[in-house]
Amino acid sequence: MNRSIPILVVAPLVLLAACTDNDTASGSDSIAVTSTDDACRLSTTEAPSGNLVFDVTNDGSEVTEFYLLAEDGLRIIGEVENIGPGLTRQLVVTAGPGTYVTACKPGMAGDGIRNEFTVTDSGSAVGPTGAAGDLLQSATEQYHEFVEHEAEDLLEKTEEFAALYTAGDDDGARAMYADARTHWERIEPVAESFGDLDPRLDLREADLAEGEAWTGWHRIEKDLWPPADGYTAATADERATLADQLVADTKELVERVEDLTFTPDQLGNGAKELLDEVATGKVTGEEEIWSHTDLWDFQANVDGARIAFEVLEPALRTKDDALAEELKTRFAELQALLDQYRDGDGFVLYTDLSADQVKELSDAVNALSEPLSRLTAAVVL
Amino acid sequence: MNTGTAAPGSGISRRRLLVGGAGLAGAGAAGALAVASLAGGDAAAQATGGGVVPFHGVHQAGVVTRQDRLYFASFDVITDDPGELHRLLDDWTVAAAQMTAGLEAGEYGAVGGPYLAPPEDTGEALGLPAANLTITVGVGRSLFVDGDGRDRFGLAARLPSALIDLPHFPADDLDPARSGGDLCVQACADDPQVAFHAVRNLARIGFGVVSLRWSQLGFGRTSSTSTSQATPRNLFGFKDGTANIKAEEVEELDTHVWVQPGDDPGAEWLAGGSYLVARRINMHIETWDRTSLAEQETIVGRTKGSGAPLSGGDEFTEPDFAVTGRDDQTLIAERSHVRLAHPTVNGGARMLRRGYNFTDGSDGLGRLDAGLFFIAFVRDPRIQYVPMQTNLSRHDVMMEYLVHTGSALFAALPGVPDGGSFADALFD
Repeated sequence: MNRSIPILVVAPLVLLAACTDNDTASGSDSIAVTSTDDACRLSTTEAPSGNLVFDVTNDGSEVTEFYLLAEDGLRIIGEVENIGPGLTRQLVVTAGPGTYVTACKPGMAGDGIRNEFTVTDSGSAVGPTGAAGDLLQSATEQYHEFVEHEAEDLLEKTEEFAALYTAGDDDGARAMYADARTHWERIEPVAESFGDLDPRLDLREADLAEGEAWTGWHRIEKDLWPPADGYTAATADERATLADQLVADTKELVERVEDLTFTPDQLGNGAKELLDEVATGKVTGEEEIWSHTDLWDFQANVDGARIAFEVLEPALRTKDDALAEELKTRFAELQALLDQYRDGDGFVLYTDLSADQVKELSDAVNALSEPLSRLTAAVVL
Repeated sequence: MNTGTAAPGSGISRRRLLVGGAGLAGAGAAGALAVASLAGGDAAAQATGGGVVPFHGVHQAGVVTRQDRLYFASFDVITDDPGELHRLLDDWTVAAAQMTAGLEAGEYGAVGGPYLAPPEDTGEALGLPAANLTITVGVGRSLFVDGDGRDRFGLAARLPSALIDLPHFPADDLDPARSGGDLCVQACADDPQVAFHAVRNLARIGFGVVSLRWSQLGFGRTSSTSTSQATPRNLFGFKDGTANIKAEEVEELDTHVWVQPGDDPGAEWLAGGSYLVARRINMHIETWDRTSLAEQETIVGRTKGSGAPLSGGDEFTEPDFAVTGRDDQTLIAERSHVRLAHPTVNGGARMLRRGYNFTDGSDGLGRLDAGLFFIAFVRDPRIQYVPMQTNLSRHDVMMEYLVHTGSALFAALPGVPDGGSFADALFD
């Protein structure tokens, strides 16, 4: 019921805005920026310190960009790029009192059309502009190390697993399967960013198009935990081919990971995507339909998300301490729940979980995912 | 009264008189006229303010019309007797003509019949207007031949060549209990109760001949089919179907939607009809809602607010896939939905979509079981649907938030002329 009040208030605004091409409900104190091919008009050149909201409309004929720069005209405080003709994009930045420079860059070339912009002291405390920058730099470096480390562990264990599988040691291969995949699942969004490697390594049978060749982890999974009937086991030659391909693709993954660079928003979004993976694949038991080792993947996805959060945490603390606390609590709650299903070095099988237990896990994932989805905007703002 | 169980001599049902079986072809014409004139008063009165969509015509109604509510039903035919199937289609024709005119089904309707008999019409639409109800009937491949290729009703020779078994698309997770079917009924209306009433009464008339296989309630029409209609939004919150074929584009409809004479020499009976692709597409709306606006717009290739393509302009500006921004990346991403679904990357193929949002409660994991009940009408699904869906299922980034859980392909019958029957195309 408490929803009805804002809707009543907003309704007239929506009506007024309906004839424009963009009716997002930005606050009345947002700063309108109109970028044309030869001008950059701002509704005001002065604003109080705190969060500044620029609504940048491209009224020109070329793609444009908008920048808020420090007084020196060099250091970028915030930017919004790739605004097509006729479109409006929002830039939200936190800025302390001082003198700044705004720039529209129609055609994305040159220094752009510049104006001076003044931020007055609103009286409310604002952290030093851009102070989180160093912390974020450190975060991305730490994360890169983590990803490299996991990729190397993945290769090592994949080689061991592939050798067991090729040699026909099914028990040995089965015992290694979930453990090796843990290193894949921890860095899954990174691995998935390679659009050619990911399908070769991690495609599920249902993901295939008709007539498409099936390779990778889940192909071997099915061979190690074959369905009761209607399945023809892979021959020794087929095993060798599948195993060699798995190792070769993983080697390539390791090489490509070395060359990667990360941005803070990739870390934040990666953490969110890992939890999405849990929500859509692991908590439903769809990832490992033959081995039922979904809880290993579950744990690995949560590990990957937690690492991304932890490296970002110092930067987040400078921006939104409450969100950092909430995330810490939610991660701990989810981990405590997962720990209940530990069994030896690993976990119980997905098929051993009751419907109520799955629901409880799902609820804990949702409880963490929702605040986690706010992480990127909180640290990058 | 249920015609499936009506004993001879138990009184003459108006349905029987009006269309009757094959032997009463002559009476059919007069009968349908009677229905039309019966409907005439209301229809004329409501036509000015909308409300009644004409049932008879060259094409079936419910393809280019714009109602906001859907009840879709798929049936298995459980009889082996072609005569019974024929009679059912005749009975459905009469009931459909009545209900789309805003009338009660049956001779006596909901409350006018014998006091000791169950009412013919189920009654929940009493007092409601026709609400632009349309009833569109289609036939599935399995009506012609069974799984082993055997002729079921002497219709195998009439099987249209484009009425294929749809292939498995990447990431399909189809539930057999929500897929396929021998016959389909698509009921669309402005009022969900009117649409529900239509399917319920047709299912009731069909007991003993057909059995409901699956059904789907839809709300919130996506994909506008008229230029006079604002483009509605799907459950991702985006305008859906901006580039849809519209009712006003008569030539485009002939090119892309209606089966034309000569298209299929083995199935000339389908000329004037169309192919209806139905896909139940679940959306992972919870994870979608946690995705940044930037990523949502990148995935779709349009802005969320106005629906303009990211290359610029307004909603109806053609997307420009060549415009580049920072780092020479195209403003509309290679794997965006708008690009992969666009005719220019699908050999010029267009289709008429009339999807509906749906929710079937929750999934037991604290999440909504919701998504898009995708319906498209095409002239040849082998050209206009299968290649595009293969492309989308494989490359569309949006697939991370989608799972197809139901699927069916039907040949939507051609329109029923005055005095005709749904059965004519198949049996005459």
